[in-house]
Amino acid sequence: MSNNFFFIGLPYAALVTMLVGSIFRYFRFGFQFSTLSSQFLEGRELFYGSRPFHWGIMFLFFGHLFAFLFPKSLVIWNSVPVRLVILEVVAFGFGIATLFGLGMLIIRRLKHKRLMVVTTRMDVFVYVILLTQVISGLWVAYFARWGSAWFPTVLTPYLKSLFVLSPEISGVSALPLAVKIHIISAFVLIGMIPFTRFVHFLVYPFTYFFRSYQYVIWNWDRKKIRSSRKLVNGVRSKNN
Amino acid sequence: MDIRSQIAMVFHLDKCIGCHTCSIACKNIWTDRKGAEYMWWNNVETKPGTGYPSKWEDQEIYKGGWVKKGNSVLLRGAGKFKGIKSLFHNSNMPVIDDYYEPWTYQYENLFEAEEGDDQPIARPVSLITGETITPKSGPNWDDDLAGSEDYAKNDVNFKNLTAAEQEAMFQLERMTFHYLPRMCNHCLNPACVAACPSGAIYKRGEDGVVLINQKKCRAWRMCVTACPYKKSYYNWNTGKSEKCVLCYPRLESGQAPACHHSCVGRIRYIGVMLYDADKIEAAASCEKGDLVDNQLGIYVDPNDPKIIEAARENGIHDSTIESAQKSPVYRFVKEWGLALPLHPEFRTLPNLFYVPPLLPTMAFVNEEGTYETTSENFWGAIEKSRLPMSYMASLFSAGNEETIKNVLKKLMAVRLHRREETVGDLPEEELKDAFRDTIMDKETADEIFRLTSLPLFDQRFVIPPAHREEALEMLESTADVKGNSGFGFKEPAVRGL
Repeated sequence: MSNNFFFIGLPYAALVTMLVGSIFRYFRFGFQFSTLSSQFLEGRELFYGSRPFHWGIMFLFFGHLFAFLFPKSLVIWNSVPVRLVILEVVAFGFGIATLFGLGMLIIRRLKHKRLMVVTTRMDVFVYVILLTQVISGLWVAYFARWGSAWFPTVLTPYLKSLFVLSPEISGVSALPLAVKIHIISAFVLIGMIPFTRFVHFLVYPFTYFFRSYQYVIWNWDRKKIRSSRKLVNGVRSKNN
Repeated sequence: MDIRSQIAMVFHLDKCIGCHTCSIACKNIWTDRKGAEYMWWNNVETKPGTGYPSKWEDQEIYKGGWVKKGNSVLLRGAGKFKGIKSLFHNSNMPVIDDYYEPWTYQYENLFEAEEGDDQPIARPVSLITGETITPKSGPNWDDDLAGSEDYAKNDVNFKNLTAAEQEAMFQLERMTFHYLPRMCNHCLNPACVAACPSGAIYKRGEDGVVLINQKKCRAWRMCVTACPYKKSYYNWNTGKSEKCVLCYPRLESGQAPACHHSCVGRIRYIGVMLYDADKIEAAASCEKGDLVDNQLGIYVDPNDPKIIEAARENGIHDSTIESAQKSPVYRFVKEWGLALPLHPEFRTLPNLFYVPPLLPTMAFVNEEGTYETTSENFWGAIEKSRLPMSYMASLFSAGNEETIKNVLKKLMAVRLHRREETVGDLPEEELKDAFRDTIMDKETADEIFRLTSLPLFDQRFVIPPAHREEALEMLESTADVKGNSGFGFKEPAVRGL
């Protein structure tokens, strides 16, 4: 019963909340989409927290994504034991970096009065859920070896079954508790995206790479709007 | 040729009395909010000094502005690669301590303190944490401290001065300072716009005001690093960057920005400049010594029929062209060549120009150690100014001493001319020499004098009409609602399926 709740109900609830909530918040409270950077209030210790944390978690996220999207490639890579060990060690290293960074960030926040001023209840939640996620992940990586070997055969089918709307949970139900915690907290994290500062990675500035450096907005392009020769719909300004 | 219009400014530094009224006017209107208390979109600095934020001119520390690369320019500390790479931690960003921790006083304690033996006091409390603090720096704590160890000695512009020159500047008898009011320059090649990963910062096409879209800002903080003048500020409370908006709501209703309007010394001039946008890249990427000349070359003559034609073609309103023709900024910057941009070597092509301060020029300490005020000429030579030419050149002409000398000589010629007019005790030769050196005549000198000393309000502020009667079209096209079903029901009359 609880398996049904955690591995069928929760994932769908989380995904729907994430999608609907994020879109709603973007259009209704667009002003709130911000990284809420606190570097301005404390810049030195942030370096040791933010850099390892972000690079670490980005690698881990894309690692999981790769295992989900290309399980066969992963299996082929892992067919040579040395390559499997290399992958696992590197991933574990990134996990440690993430944990170290997260720890530094938490200590930094508790240490500085100025930072406590800009810390909200949801920030505390963010730290708790991230800690759960990273620690349980490292635990699984160490005690349930080798994750990259069984992920493609156990978790990829499960996740795929979620996306094709016919959840198949017999595999995950048999997993050890640590793995279950890792999966559950992942879904909680996804579901909480619209309610926390997590929204900042939804607005990663991809467009920057494709635009020219300078940016001029004409509120009122007289050439286009006021020409009496072509009475077509005018061009609305882009900043409103 | 791509003619655009730009609101530009001139500050006449000889007239600045350092009263900070501009800063206060700005603060009261725009930055008296939580998270913005530390921001001074407009501030007044004492030079020599370190400024606000501390040592902002030192791009070795803050990595602001552009650097020349081939025939173009690159952002020094931000950009598509460098910026994105350091999104997670921006190594060159100033933090609150580089500005100052804003504070207020516990005024209520003066009224509500319990009865006791001591007089109640209002202790300073931090506007961030709310705890009592001892303020150790503020936005203008270098005020008038031009001889101090803490501030003046650390002025970044001293880098180009010889040890002897530096030594001389700190002799008590030679000591001098001038004020430097600063605000956003609304640059033609703005580094903040180029550095913003979200595309939240933009330059308004109509008048060149640089604005931050608060809804699109995501606090990547690259503008703070990129702006070499440190005039983009991070609001720690809202998690958004903010900057001077040139009081655009006032401009649009024909009023001068609050800092200009309130200026006690009447040092500020504002007006339209027409410029050729095609020349921006070349001007920004030329050799260091030519930067000023090339920047001034971008601005075009609003009386030239060809320019007027091109401006009209670009949709610039006749009234804007007329404003450009009457612009005091055009006269100071182009016609008379009296005003220079601040730190042109940052290559952002700023639109705020400074008439450099002339005095005190005459006195110096002679070999016997006495204060010498006699000189060959009536007011002494420009080269004998207390502030060395190399110092002034480092501020206003990217190190080109000839440029700054020419400007100061012109200012001196005006002064000599007026002395002759009002007192008439100058040797004829001296005035002739001054006019010959600066290629100036009496009429021009009088015009400069008049616009400097006796300008009327609307001669200082020549603001193009924003055409409020057509304001609706700024937000939407009236062509869109043509053939629609009346007011309030603005759906295009499109045939149903």
